[in-house]
Amino acid sequence: MTALKNSIRDLLRYPSAILGSVILLFLLAVSVYALVTIPYSEAVRLWRGGEEVWYQNPKYAAPAWFNIFYSKKKPVSFSVRTTDGSMSKATTPSSDPEISTVDITYSFDYAYEGVPQELMIYFTSQFKDKFSFVSVSWITPDGRTIRIADMAVDHSLTFRFSQDQKLQKRLKTEDVMQAIFMDPESSTQADLKGQYQLVINGTTFEKDATIDAEFVLHGELFGAAGTDKYRRDLLLPLLYGTPIALAFGLLAALGTSLLTMVIAAAGTWYGGWVDELIQRITEVNLVLPFLAILIMVGTFYSRSIWLMLGVTILLSIFSGSIKSYRSIFIQSKESSYIEAARAYGASSSRIIFSYLIPRMIPLLIPALVSAVPSFVFLEASLAVLGLGDPVLPTWGKVINDAFADGALYQGRYYWVLEPAILLMITGFGFAMLGFALDRIFNPRLRDI
Amino acid sequence: MVAVPQAKDIENKENTRKTVLSIDDLHVWFELKRFGFGHAGYVKAVDGVTFDIHESETIAVVGESGCGKSSLMKTILALYKPTKGKIVFDNKDLSELDNKGLHWYRSHVGYVQQDPYGALAPFMTVQRILEEPLIVGGIKDKENRIQRIHKAMEEVKLTPVNDFLQKFPHMLSGGQQQRVVIARAMIMEPKLLVADEPVSMLDASVRVEILKLLSNLQEKHNLSVIYITHDLSTVSYFSERIFVMYAGNLVEKAKVRQVVDNPLHPYTMALLTGTSEPDAKNAETFKELPPGEPPSLVNPPTGCRFHPRCSKVIKGLCDVKFPPEFEPEPGHLVACWLYQ
Amino acid sequence: MTQNNRLLRIEELVLYFNTRQGPVQAVDGVDFVLDHNRAVVVLGESGCGKSSLAKAILRLLPRNAGTYSGHIYLEGRDIMPLTEEEFRQNIRWASISMVPQAAMNALNPVIRVGDQVGEPAIVHLGVDKTEAISLVKKMFRHVGVPEDFISRYPFELSGGMRQRVAIAMALVTSPILIILDEPTSALDVLTQANIFNVLKRLKKELGISFILITHDIATSSELADDVAVMYAGQIVEVSDAYRFFDKPLHPYSQKLMASVPRLHGDTEPDFITGQPPSLINLPKGCRFADRCPARFEKCAEDPLVIETDDRKVKCWLYS
Ligand SMILES: Nc1ncnc2c1ncn2[C@@H]1O[C@H](COP(=O)(O)OP(=O)(O)OP(=O)(O)O)[C@@H](O)[C@H]1O
Ligand SMILES: Nc1ncnc2c1ncn2[C@@H]1O[C@H](COP(=O)(O)OP(=O)(O)OP(=O)(O)O)[C@@H](O)[C@H]1O
Ligand code: SF4
Ligand code: SF4
Ligand SMILES: [Mg+2]
Ligand SMILES: [Mg+2]
Repeated sequence: MTALKNSIRDLLRYPSAILGSVILLFLLAVSVYALVTIPYSEAVRLWRGGEEVWYQNPKYAAPAWFNIFYSKKKPVSFSVRTTDGSMSKATTPSSDPEISTVDITYSFDYAYEGVPQELMIYFTSQFKDKFSFVSVSWITPDGRTIRIADMAVDHSLTFRFSQDQKLQKRLKTEDVMQAIFMDPESSTQADLKGQYQLVINGTTFEKDATIDAEFVLHGELFGAAGTDKYRRDLLLPLLYGTPIALAFGLLAALGTSLLTMVIAAAGTWYGGWVDELIQRITEVNLVLPFLAILIMVGTFYSRSIWLMLGVTILLSIFSGSIKSYRSIFIQSKESSYIEAARAYGASSSRIIFSYLIPRMIPLLIPALVSAVPSFVFLEASLAVLGLGDPVLPTWGKVINDAFADGALYQGRYYWVLEPAILLMITGFGFAMLGFALDRIFNPRLRDI
Repeated sequence: MVAVPQAKDIENKENTRKTVLSIDDLHVWFELKRFGFGHAGYVKAVDGVTFDIHESETIAVVGESGCGKSSLMKTILALYKPTKGKIVFDNKDLSELDNKGLHWYRSHVGYVQQDPYGALAPFMTVQRILEEPLIVGGIKDKENRIQRIHKAMEEVKLTPVNDFLQKFPHMLSGGQQQRVVIARAMIMEPKLLVADEPVSMLDASVRVEILKLLSNLQEKHNLSVIYITHDLSTVSYFSERIFVMYAGNLVEKAKVRQVVDNPLHPYTMALLTGTSEPDAKNAETFKELPPGEPPSLVNPPTGCRFHPRCSKVIKGLCDVKFPPEFEPEPGHLVACWLYQ
Repeated sequence: MTQNNRLLRIEELVLYFNTRQGPVQAVDGVDFVLDHNRAVVVLGESGCGKSSLAKAILRLLPRNAGTYSGHIYLEGRDIMPLTEEEFRQNIRWASISMVPQAAMNALNPVIRVGDQVGEPAIVHLGVDKTEAISLVKKMFRHVGVPEDFISRYPFELSGGMRQRVAIAMALVTSPILIILDEPTSALDVLTQANIFNVLKRLKKELGISFILITHDIATSSELADDVAVMYAGQIVEVSDAYRFFDKPLHPYSQKLMASVPRLHGDTEPDFITGQPPSLINLPKGCRFADRCPARFEKCAEDPLVIETDDRKVKCWLYS
């Protein structure tokens, strides 16, 4: 226990270790958050969902915080609804018990350059036979009231401002957005900044009828991470990709290192044909095209990430490190403490697991930590090559989608950069920590 | 104290003492491979060695580096298989023991190695190091194991025991490390202890301390001890008999005093000349030493293996015929033609 | 003999190492003198600072060296103020060379021993390769290595031969002083005796002086003209070999001497109980006090070095 405490104290002497640990703790926290808030099945459902899931979001929106970089702020998307109270709703019964009025208002500050892509209202209404009725109006900062629409509401109704032909006629323009956000006084017809208000006056004609509304503004920016071609919030794959990347990297690194070590130890200890066989397998494996095999498995069999993980581990066990472990094991095999163990009758398996391998742990730990990024990158590369897991939201998948859609040609850098930066941070974190661990566990590099 | 055993005592004891270990015409050859497969001869590290050790007897095997001392001991410890010859322990032939028998044998033989630091696994605490032989020896009860560890540590004077249990080898001084090695060798309560140069890696000032410890343990537990060394000056404090080994053979076997006071084999004489005592006069004279180096064990010289370096060589005899053992005085065996 | 005629005079030499626990006072105010063509033995237990003393003399400092001060006069000239470059050119190997501890195992396994031995001559004397080889042959004759071993690799030589090669490497630049750090500890008796024969011959024929560092009193007497006993970073006794081996003065020296096992004679060897103090937390007063059988009240103060009949001893018993 004290040994562990001492190692941690040693570790904290290296700034790189602190930096690495902070990064990894952050990634770990993100993973835990992602797994707790978004159950696996929900993550898969959302990721695979189309318009019906993501209708509130604009397409191709960069993250909202991009506004920091723009002097002319771009419109940021939002959505509000009465069901969760983000949009206020007041129901007033009238003298007739069958009829009530519903007043829904939402006012917001619009301080962006340009107009939104689209405004939408999704109505839902509950009634038995008699349709509810709404009239929608728009109050601009300079006090004008623009009548938008009057209509009967079915159980659900989607109203898109720019596609409503009646509205176009009434405003005498096809460009509804321009019309309702424009400053009529301005010579340049610049859009008007300030407090806008959406007013919905509804009437229900049954006793228990209700009207609810969701108001969505599709700006050019969206949320913390932006959206993709399918309106999907990129925060989902960025968040959920973290535990997947870490799990893949750690499991692959751990599985490979441990199995490699056990095999190398057993080969060295038993010597003879066992050792020969392991050596030959390694040599063959070294010339096998690693990526090509993965691609073949992915193409012809299954692209499940867990299968890929298994194949990766299998192919990495008999790697070059088996030779370097072996050369160290050959030395420790001759050491007198192992001779002593044989003299008091320790069995071969005891010698391998209690004497040979523990000796290597100090070498294993930094190597393992440093190996994680390469597996994280491998998983991402597979996804970029189109061999990513078909159902899971991963970083590599995001990059893959972005490439497929030519994001870089379209100037949608955020789409590629966000997962790429996360990949780099992960690699950097593990590399920093591995570097410090190496110094601590490897006395030759250690400062006195 | 066993320090300087009186010849008479030994004589008396010998008649009644039981033989613990008997080695008969033991050969240990290592095959040399050319390019990893072709046969290129044998290293004849042990080449026809015969001796007995009795209950609670200490013997010393003395010889130059590379003469085969460690190979002999490791074969006795069943780490190597003899190429030829027999090892009999407690009337049981080692080559006939099955796995269980071998386990039994190993728990009766303790091993003290030369380099105390190398002999201790660097990642194990003292407690774990001492527990290992007990676990391997099948002592299931943890309490019992801890008890025995305490007892063994007290015997080698690693006290207070609790100060040492959780330490790692690198936190101990060389002398303390060797005490741990000795405690490990003693923990299964062996009958025979093999000590391969137990003090040669230690600082001169702690050598005597460790040797005295070994000799106390030997007395207390009636141990038989084989003590290997190249340093004759430590032998007389510790052993009853000395076997002088040269190039895979034992060339002289006798009681300590006989060898020190009246060495017969020219090689033994050289070893004695080579041994220094602290005396300022040493600096003024050159030592008369046999020329050259010990022979290759792959193609040892014909006849007496010492003949190329021997100043008393009898031409035509020593270089042709292998000298058998002669007994010029009772109990003093020497393999040299001078005594035929 | 005036002070300036002495080969080596060391005054107040200090070498500390910085560690996380604090400075290790490995060499803590060492004084001694050595004349031409003489050998001084530095005796002491493991860890008392013997190798550090050798490193301090040759300025072979590890990276974490801390305080390094004092005077080293080589033939009357203080070599401490020399720059690193001057030191390397005129002192290290050119005048004083060393056979480091475990040198025989530190030979480069993939370079022929002849080339390794010739290297210091090429680096420090600036001779060319052929000249170096002829020097190497000469040195091999001095130390008793067959000349044709020049083209062998270290693993082809026995331990004794490798140690001779290491000595030849210290000898090849014709220094006036060689520091030998535990030259025979890892070797067996006959090889030790052989190496000492070689060293004696070098001293006699080439007039070289030696500082022999060892913990083995018995073999040290094979070469010693003078003896300096080191304990916990300090020299506690300096004496000529005759009187030292006959009757050492310092209680520590006496204990050391009593611990030597002897082939002949019936005295039982004794041993020193306890362990030397840590060089990081040194006790006040006499550093040997904990283990000293003759300790008395005064020993709580640091003893002065007392000089009696040309022998020096750092112990209150002699004041
Ligand atoms: N496993 C082995 N394979 C091949 N040769 C060996 C092996 N073990 C020892 N030898 C050789 O056998 C000879 C005797 O070695 P051994 O270790 O028994 O000598 P030793 O007397 O113990 O020497 P030292 O005093 O150096 O320990 C040496 O020449 C050595 O190289
Ligand atoms: N570079 C270093 N950094 C810190 N401590 C050191 C360093 N080198 C040596 N020491 C410490 O200084 C002390 C003296 O070491 P030194 O090697 O001089 O001892 P020594 O007398 O030569 O011992 P030995 O007989 O074991 O060779 C020891 O306690 C050692 O641990
Ligand atoms: S047998 Fe001959 S060569 Fe051998 S030791 Fe005796 S005298 Fe010397
Ligand atoms: S000063 Fe005192 S403690 Fe130190 S050696 Fe002398 S008598 Fe012993
Ligand atoms: Mg050996
Ligand atoms: Mg040293």
